[in-house]
Amino acid sequence: MYAALWRILPGPVWAKVLQCLVLAALAVVVLFHWVFPALAEAVPFNGNTVD
Amino acid sequence: MTRRLVGWTGELLITAGVVVLLFIAWQLWWTDITAERNQRQLVQALGDQFAGDGRGTVGGDAFPELDSEHAFAVLRVPRFGADFAQPVIEGVEASVLSLGVGHYEGTARPGAVGNFAVAGHRTTYGRPFHDIDTLVRGDRLIVETKPTIYVYEVTGHEIVRPWQTEVIAPVPDEPDTRATRALITLTSCHPKYSATYRYIVHGRLVKTIPRAEWHLADWTTVKG
Repeated sequence: MYAALWRILPGPVWAKVLQCLVLAALAVVVLFHWVFPALAEAVPFNGNTVD
Repeated sequence: MTRRLVGWTGELLITAGVVVLLFIAWQLWWTDITAERNQRQLVQALGDQFAGDGRGTVGGDAFPELDSEHAFAVLRVPRFGADFAQPVIEGVEASVLSLGVGHYEGTARPGAVGNFAVAGHRTTYGRPFHDIDTLVRGDRLIVETKPTIYVYEVTGHEIVRPWQTEVIAPVPDEPDTRATRALITLTSCHPKYSATYRYIVHGRLVKTIPRAEWHLADWTTVKG
Protein backbone atom coordinates (compact mmCIF):
# COMPACT_ATOMS: atom_id res chain seq x y z
CA MET A 1 0.00 0.00 0.00
CA TYR A 2 2.55 2.57 1.13
CA ALA A 3 5.13 1.05 -1.21
CA ALA A 4 2.72 1.63 -4.13
CA LEU A 5 2.18 5.21 -2.95
CA TRP A 6 5.95 5.74 -2.85
CA ARG A 7 6.23 4.49 -6.43
CA ILE A 8 3.38 6.70 -7.69
CA LEU A 9 4.73 9.93 -6.18
CA PRO A 10 6.89 11.78 -8.73
CA GLY A 11 10.30 13.39 -8.29
CA PRO A 12 13.50 12.62 -6.36
CA VAL A 13 13.52 11.16 -2.85
CA TRP A 14 13.34 14.53 -1.05
CA ALA A 15 10.28 15.49 -3.11
CA LYS A 16 8.61 12.16 -2.31
CA VAL A 17 9.30 12.63 1.41
CA LEU A 18 7.85 16.14 1.27
CA GLN A 19 4.71 14.91 -0.50
CA CYS A 20 4.29 12.11 2.05
CA LEU A 21 4.50 14.65 4.90
CA VAL A 22 1.90 16.88 3.22
CA LEU A 23 -0.44 13.93 2.69
CA ALA A 24 -0.03 12.82 6.32
CA ALA A 25 -0.73 16.36 7.56
CA LEU A 26 -3.80 16.52 5.33
CA ALA A 27 -5.04 13.21 6.78
CA VAL A 28 -4.60 14.54 10.35
CA VAL A 29 -6.50 17.75 9.51
CA VAL A 30 -9.41 15.80 8.00
CA LEU A 31 -9.49 13.47 11.05
CA PHE A 32 -9.28 16.29 13.64
CA HIS A 33 -11.83 18.55 12.00
CA TRP A 34 -14.48 16.21 10.66
CA VAL A 35 -13.99 12.54 11.47
CA PHE A 36 -13.15 12.66 15.21
CA PRO A 37 -15.85 15.19 16.22
CA ALA A 38 -18.46 13.00 14.48
CA LEU A 39 -16.98 9.85 16.05
CA ALA A 40 -16.91 11.40 19.54
CA GLU A 41 -20.70 11.78 19.51
CA ALA A 42 -21.02 8.05 18.94
CA VAL A 43 -18.59 7.05 21.71
CA PRO A 44 -20.56 7.20 24.98
CA PHE A 45 -17.77 7.70 27.49
CA ASN A 46 -18.47 11.38 27.85
CA GLY A 47 -21.87 11.54 29.58
CA ASN A 48 -22.34 14.59 31.79
CA THR A 49 -26.11 14.85 31.73
CA VAL A 50 -29.01 13.09 33.38
CA ASP A 51 -31.68 12.05 30.90
CA MET B 1 -0.33 -12.61 -4.20
CA THR B 2 -0.90 -13.93 -0.68
CA ARG B 3 2.25 -12.20 0.38
CA ARG B 4 1.01 -8.91 -1.02
CA LEU B 5 -2.35 -9.35 0.73
CA VAL B 6 -0.62 -9.99 4.06
CA GLY B 7 1.53 -6.90 3.49
CA TRP B 8 -1.49 -4.71 2.81
CA THR B 9 -3.41 -6.10 5.78
CA GLY B 10 -0.46 -5.36 8.04
CA GLU B 11 -0.19 -1.81 6.78
CA LEU B 12 -3.92 -1.28 7.23
CA LEU B 13 -3.76 -2.57 10.81
CA ILE B 14 -0.82 -0.31 11.63
CA THR B 15 -2.69 2.62 10.09
CA ALA B 16 -5.78 1.80 12.15
CA GLY B 17 -3.62 1.70 15.29
CA VAL B 18 -2.15 5.10 14.51
CA VAL B 19 -5.64 6.52 13.87
CA VAL B 20 -6.84 5.21 17.26
CA LEU B 21 -3.85 6.84 18.99
CA LEU B 22 -4.57 10.08 17.10
CA PHE B 23 -8.20 9.93 18.25
CA ILE B 24 -7.11 9.62 21.89
CA ALA B 25 -4.71 12.54 21.46
CA TRP B 26 -7.50 14.58 19.86
CA GLN B 27 -10.00 13.77 22.61
CA LEU B 28 -7.71 14.24 25.61
CA TRP B 29 -5.56 17.08 24.37
CA TRP B 30 -6.81 18.87 21.28
CA THR B 31 -10.45 19.32 22.46
CA ASP B 32 -9.14 21.14 25.57
CA ILE B 33 -7.16 23.55 23.41
CA THR B 34 -9.96 24.40 20.99
CA ALA B 35 -12.73 24.43 23.61
CA GLU B 36 -10.80 26.67 26.02
CA ARG B 37 -10.26 29.16 23.21
CA ASN B 38 -13.95 29.10 22.24
CA GLN B 39 -15.09 29.41 25.86
CA ARG B 40 -12.81 32.38 26.47
CA GLN B 41 -14.10 34.11 23.33
CA LEU B 42 -17.73 33.45 24.28
CA VAL B 43 -17.23 34.82 27.80
CA GLN B 44 -15.52 37.86 26.29
CA ALA B 45 -18.41 38.40 23.85
CA LEU B 46 -20.95 38.03 26.66
CA GLY B 47 -19.01 40.52 28.80
CA ASP B 48 -19.16 43.05 25.95
CA GLN B 49 -22.87 42.40 25.44
CA PHE B 50 -23.61 42.73 29.16
CA ALA B 51 -21.66 45.98 29.37
CA GLY B 52 -23.46 47.40 26.33
CA ASP B 53 -26.57 48.45 28.22
CA GLY B 54 -26.01 48.09 31.92
CA ARG B 55 -29.46 48.99 33.18
CA GLY B 56 -29.74 47.40 36.59
CA THR B 57 -33.21 45.93 36.49
CA VAL B 58 -33.72 42.81 38.56
CA GLY B 59 -35.48 40.19 36.41
CA GLY B 60 -38.06 41.84 34.18
CA ASP B 61 -38.09 42.32 30.41
CA ALA B 62 -34.36 42.94 30.10
CA PHE B 63 -33.76 39.20 30.35
CA PRO B 64 -32.20 38.03 27.08
CA GLU B 65 -34.00 35.46 24.97
CA LEU B 66 -32.94 31.90 25.65
CA ASP B 67 -31.62 30.58 22.37
CA SER B 68 -29.85 27.36 21.37
CA GLU B 69 -27.31 29.27 19.30
CA HIS B 70 -26.27 31.77 21.89
CA ALA B 71 -24.87 31.85 25.35
CA PHE B 72 -27.06 33.86 27.73
CA ALA B 73 -25.16 33.85 31.02
CA VAL B 74 -21.72 33.47 32.53
CA LEU B 75 -21.09 30.98 35.34
CA ARG B 76 -18.36 31.86 37.82
CA VAL B 77 -17.12 29.43 40.47
CA PRO B 78 -14.44 31.04 42.68
CA ARG B 79 -13.51 27.58 44.06
CA PHE B 80 -12.34 26.66 40.53
CA GLY B 81 -10.22 29.82 40.33
CA ALA B 82 -10.80 33.57 40.64
CA ASP B 83 -10.79 33.86 36.86
CA PHE B 84 -12.98 30.80 36.20
CA ALA B 85 -15.77 31.84 33.84
CA GLN B 86 -17.84 29.66 31.52
CA PRO B 87 -20.53 30.63 29.03
CA VAL B 88 -23.96 29.12 29.76
CA ILE B 89 -25.75 28.00 26.60
CA GLU B 90 -29.28 26.67 26.15
CA GLY B 91 -29.42 22.89 25.72
CA VAL B 92 -27.28 19.95 26.81
CA GLU B 93 -26.47 18.31 23.46
CA ALA B 94 -22.84 17.33 22.82
CA SER B 95 -22.46 20.25 20.40
CA VAL B 96 -23.46 22.68 23.16
CA LEU B 97 -21.31 21.12 25.88
CA SER B 98 -18.23 21.48 23.68
CA LEU B 99 -18.81 25.27 23.81
CA GLY B 100 -19.32 25.69 27.53
CA VAL B 101 -21.87 24.80 30.18
CA GLY B 102 -25.31 23.66 28.97
CA HIS B 103 -28.64 24.68 30.52
CA TYR B 104 -31.21 21.88 30.72
CA GLU B 105 -34.15 23.05 28.63
CA GLY B 106 -37.32 23.42 30.65
CA THR B 107 -35.56 23.97 33.97
CA ALA B 108 -35.73 27.35 35.72
CA ARG B 109 -34.00 30.42 34.34
CA PRO B 110 -31.23 32.01 36.45
CA GLY B 111 -32.62 33.40 39.68
CA ALA B 112 -36.13 32.07 39.09
CA VAL B 113 -38.05 29.89 41.54
CA GLY B 114 -37.30 26.28 40.63
CA ASN B 115 -34.06 24.59 39.68
CA PHE B 116 -31.57 26.29 37.34
CA ALA B 117 -29.85 23.11 36.12
CA VAL B 118 -26.65 23.02 34.06
CA ALA B 119 -24.32 20.28 32.76
CA GLY B 120 -20.61 20.51 32.01
CA HIS B 121 -17.70 18.30 30.99
CA ARG B 122 -15.59 16.78 33.78
CA THR B 123 -12.79 15.89 31.34
CA THR B 124 -11.97 17.04 27.78
CA TYR B 125 -13.51 20.03 25.94
CA GLY B 126 -11.99 22.54 28.37
CA ARG B 127 -13.32 20.41 31.30
CA PRO B 128 -15.29 23.20 33.05
CA PHE B 129 -16.46 20.91 35.90
CA HIS B 130 -13.18 19.01 36.36
CA ASP B 131 -13.01 20.02 40.05
CA ILE B 132 -16.73 19.67 40.82
CA ASP B 133 -15.89 17.22 43.62
CA THR B 134 -13.95 19.96 45.47
CA LEU B 135 -17.08 22.08 46.01
CA VAL B 136 -18.25 22.16 49.61
CA ARG B 137 -21.24 23.60 51.44
CA GLY B 138 -21.22 27.38 51.34
CA ASP B 139 -19.13 27.76 48.18
CA ARG B 140 -20.31 30.50 45.85
CA LEU B 141 -21.74 29.78 42.41
CA ILE B 142 -22.27 33.04 40.53
CA VAL B 143 -24.57 33.30 37.51
CA GLU B 144 -24.16 36.54 35.63
CA THR B 145 -26.89 37.65 33.20
CA LYS B 146 -27.13 40.98 31.44
CA PRO B 147 -29.41 42.77 33.92
CA THR B 148 -28.72 40.79 37.08
CA ILE B 149 -26.12 38.75 38.91
CA TYR B 150 -27.35 35.80 40.97
CA VAL B 151 -25.19 34.45 43.78
CA TYR B 152 -25.95 30.88 44.83
CA GLU B 153 -24.38 28.89 47.65
CA VAL B 154 -23.61 25.17 47.54
CA THR B 155 -25.87 23.16 49.87
CA GLY B 156 -24.61 19.66 49.12
CA HIS B 157 -23.78 16.99 46.57
CA GLU B 158 -24.83 13.50 45.57
CA ILE B 159 -23.61 10.79 43.21
CA VAL B 160 -26.34 9.20 41.10
CA ARG B 161 -26.87 7.04 38.01
CA PRO B 162 -27.35 8.79 34.64
CA TRP B 163 -31.09 8.09 34.49
CA GLN B 164 -31.91 9.74 37.83
CA THR B 165 -33.44 12.87 36.31
CA GLU B 166 -35.10 13.76 39.62
CA VAL B 167 -31.87 15.56 40.60
CA ILE B 168 -32.80 18.38 38.21
CA ALA B 169 -36.47 18.52 39.28
CA PRO B 170 -37.73 21.95 40.49
CA VAL B 171 -37.24 20.56 44.00
CA PRO B 172 -34.31 18.13 43.61
CA ASP B 173 -35.17 14.48 44.36
CA GLU B 174 -38.81 15.42 45.01
CA PRO B 175 -40.29 15.48 41.49
CA ASP B 176 -43.86 15.87 42.77
CA THR B 177 -43.20 18.80 45.07
CA ARG B 178 -43.98 22.35 43.96
CA ALA B 179 -40.97 24.66 43.98
CA THR B 180 -40.95 27.62 46.35
CA ARG B 181 -37.25 28.50 46.29
CA ALA B 182 -34.67 29.37 43.65
CA LEU B 183 -32.08 26.60 43.42
CA ILE B 184 -29.16 25.64 41.19
CA THR B 185 -27.90 22.19 40.18
CA LEU B 186 -24.66 21.28 38.40
CA THR B 187 -24.23 17.86 36.77
CA SER B 188 -21.07 16.23 35.42
CA CYS B 189 -19.71 12.74 34.88
CA HIS B 190 -18.24 10.61 37.63
CA PRO B 191 -15.69 9.20 38.08
CA LYS B 192 -13.43 11.12 35.73
CA TYR B 193 -13.14 9.58 32.24
CA SER B 194 -16.22 7.49 32.92
CA ALA B 195 -19.94 7.79 32.21
CA THR B 196 -21.05 5.33 34.89
CA TYR B 197 -22.29 7.86 37.44
CA ARG B 198 -23.12 11.56 37.62
CA TYR B 199 -21.67 13.96 40.18
CA ILE B 200 -24.43 16.36 41.24
CA VAL B 201 -24.00 19.61 43.19
CA HIS B 202 -27.00 21.49 44.56
CA GLY B 203 -27.18 25.09 45.75
CA ARG B 204 -29.63 27.81 46.70
CA LEU B 205 -29.96 31.46 45.74
CA VAL B 206 -28.62 33.74 48.47
CA LYS B 207 -28.27 37.12 46.77
CA THR B 208 -29.56 39.00 43.73
CA ILE B 209 -27.52 41.97 42.57
CA PRO B 210 -28.47 44.46 39.82
CA ARG B 211 -25.63 44.96 37.34
CA ALA B 212 -25.24 48.61 38.30
CA GLU B 213 -24.22 47.51 41.81
CA TRP B 214 -22.06 44.58 40.68
CA HIS B 215 -18.32 44.62 41.35
CA LEU B 216 -16.71 41.33 40.38
CA ALA B 217 -13.67 41.97 42.58
CA ASP B 218 -15.90 41.79 45.71
CA TRP B 219 -17.09 38.30 44.81
CA THR B 220 -13.96 36.35 43.89
CA THR B 221 -13.59 34.74 47.32
CA VAL B 222 -14.64 31.10 47.53
CA LYS B 223 -17.21 31.60 50.28
CA GLY B 224 -19.45 34.41 51.52
